[in-house]
Amino acid sequence: MSQQQAQGRQLSSGNQAVALAALHAGVKLGTGYPGTPSTEILEAFDALGGPAQWAPNEKVALEVGIGAAFSGARALVTMKHVGLNVAADPLFTVAYTGVGGGLVIVSADDPGMASSQNEQDNRRFAVAAGLPMLEPADSQEAYDFTLRAFELSERWHIPVLLRMTTRVCHSATILQMPGYPVPPIQAANFVRDVPGRVMIPAYARPAHKRLRAKLAEIAAWNDSQGPNLVVEGRPNLGIITSGIAFQHVREAVPEARVLKLGLSYPFPAEAMRRFAASVGRCLIVEEGDPFLYEAARTLGIEAENKPEMYRFGELNVERVRRIVAGDMSPEPAAPAGKPPELCPGCPHRNVFEALRDLDCIVTGDIGCYTLGVLPPFSAMDTCVCMGAAIGVGLGLRHTLPPEQARRVVSVIGDSTFVHSGITGLVEMVYNPPPTGHVLIILDNGTTAMTGLQEHPGTGRRLNHEATGKVDFGALAGAIGIKNVRVFDPILESEKIPDIVREALAKNELSLIIARRPCLLAAGAIKVREKANAKE
Amino acid sequence: MPKSETINIVIAGLGGQGVLKASDILSDTVFRAGFDVKKSEIHGMSQRGGSVSSDVRFGRKVFSPMVPSGQADFLVVLAQSQVEVARPMLKSAGALIEPGMLDEGRLTNKKSLNVALLGALARHLDLADNLWHAAIQAALPEKLHAVNLQAFAIGKTP
Repeated sequence: MSQQQAQGRQLSSGNQAVALAALHAGVKLGTGYPGTPSTEILEAFDALGGPAQWAPNEKVALEVGIGAAFSGARALVTMKHVGLNVAADPLFTVAYTGVGGGLVIVSADDPGMASSQNEQDNRRFAVAAGLPMLEPADSQEAYDFTLRAFELSERWHIPVLLRMTTRVCHSATILQMPGYPVPPIQAANFVRDVPGRVMIPAYARPAHKRLRAKLAEIAAWNDSQGPNLVVEGRPNLGIITSGIAFQHVREAVPEARVLKLGLSYPFPAEAMRRFAASVGRCLIVEEGDPFLYEAARTLGIEAENKPEMYRFGELNVERVRRIVAGDMSPEPAAPAGKPPELCPGCPHRNVFEALRDLDCIVTGDIGCYTLGVLPPFSAMDTCVCMGAAIGVGLGLRHTLPPEQARRVVSVIGDSTFVHSGITGLVEMVYNPPPTGHVLIILDNGTTAMTGLQEHPGTGRRLNHEATGKVDFGALAGAIGIKNVRVFDPILESEKIPDIVREALAKNELSLIIARRPCLLAAGAIKVREKANAKE
Repeated sequence: MPKSETINIVIAGLGGQGVLKASDILSDTVFRAGFDVKKSEIHGMSQRGGSVSSDVRFGRKVFSPMVPSGQADFLVVLAQSQVEVARPMLKSAGALIEPGMLDEGRLTNKKSLNVALLGALARHLDLADNLWHAAIQAALPEKLHAVNLQAFAIGKTP
């Protein structure tokens, strides 16, 4: 059921605004995997009483979302930019199948890499997969565009990308209610559509043509009625922009004429052409890749790109002023702040000290424990993406001379292991290196880095209620890992060097689970375990 | 403060000190006073004991959520070690508010330093105390209200 839209104004982050819109839209299922800057969307949706759950990873989340949308219900799937890489396989094909109920996929990008391993520009995914994409510029638009995304998704039976960035997700701005009206909600009901949803080649070929036809219709609609905005100004300078860059532009050059794209794919070609023709100099100001610029050039629009140096990192008011002025002089370096570090008393510390002292070659992974790379530990040699610790470790083991191969240890966190480490573990059993391999799971009982979220290894759902719990040791044993050792890295800290040394000496496959709750989560975990035991 | 200008405030410190909580309280206070307001911050890895900062901008109409470098009217720093890191954000005529301005010994709970420094900031801003009090109460669990209202008062009255 749709909730009544509240009246009045409130101060809300972009993430909270998406959650509120999802609630008002009657979203039947919100799912995703935690990732900065997207994490708070599902947490806020749960806090508002919406049905929210964490999936083991983004691919599974999107697949669950697709199923929900096939039923005719509305589904919201949230992730950070790199999460969309994991979900890319279903993404590209659900563009072909289309959906019944609205399916909105949030991609929260991290330009400047405040908490990510790359700053990929996920607007490229909209073009690559062929999906309409909305780009909110503040919390009001995060709310309004979420509702518009459901409306577009249901009108054209196509999933819609809601592309946000750190400064939209994590900035609090004023949300005025009522916002964009809630599109009418349909009930879930299974309607068989075999050629539409079974993507064997014979059905996929016409499905691809249907997708292109939908995109052409949406492009025409975007041109005449899309959520794009022209801010009048002096015609000597025109700026085409989208998302947060719009805010910086309005402040840096208030006198400029501005075309702000809300639905930035499929491109509103005519609106862009008309705008460019109405101004003297037409400059494209966008954060990240030259996405709109390349589109404009392809459309034959004479437009100017920002200098390459502004492709890196976030934009801000000063940088937009420099772009407008064509200033390519070196930017003043920001003073170096204190880098983050593992908390004092963090159970990971003892493990990294041992790995350092044993001169291990450590393939690491994504989480708080990536901080093991920094002094005083300096105990990490690689970190690529979620789950890569295991595969990269195996590749090194296969190819290094044996005396070096025997020093390789893969280190992964508990949530990351569930996310995409399990298939690596299967690879370890299937293609074991001659020297064996050693995997350490740093099991602190939570997804610590993103703010202490539950995962399938904690035995609690997003809302902390008890549920099934994946037992890492039993899983490893069941698929053929001979040596499984569980220990407490705080209470048994003095044993760590021997445990690792013994495993390395074996030439066999070993899983070592260093199990100790995260200091920041331990109190809450105890309370939840007690509460769940009572029920 | 004339409604036409934008007031820029940066709150800086280390992860775990309550920088984000302080900016929540500040932005809620100016929101309650009827201003347009934007607050911006970074979550994730930087919160693990590293430098953390949050920007709050308010006035009649605010566009960018980020305070431009060297444009902060007020810089509130929760950790003395972070003063030099954050100082480039401050206008030449801006006001620095730092822990040394307070007698920390007067705080019943050291964790309420963030709210005490908001009290010190409040001396410079024309915002009614009842708005601050409401925002403090809205941001914190009830058992922490008394100690934080007291911390605010300590910061507000030198």
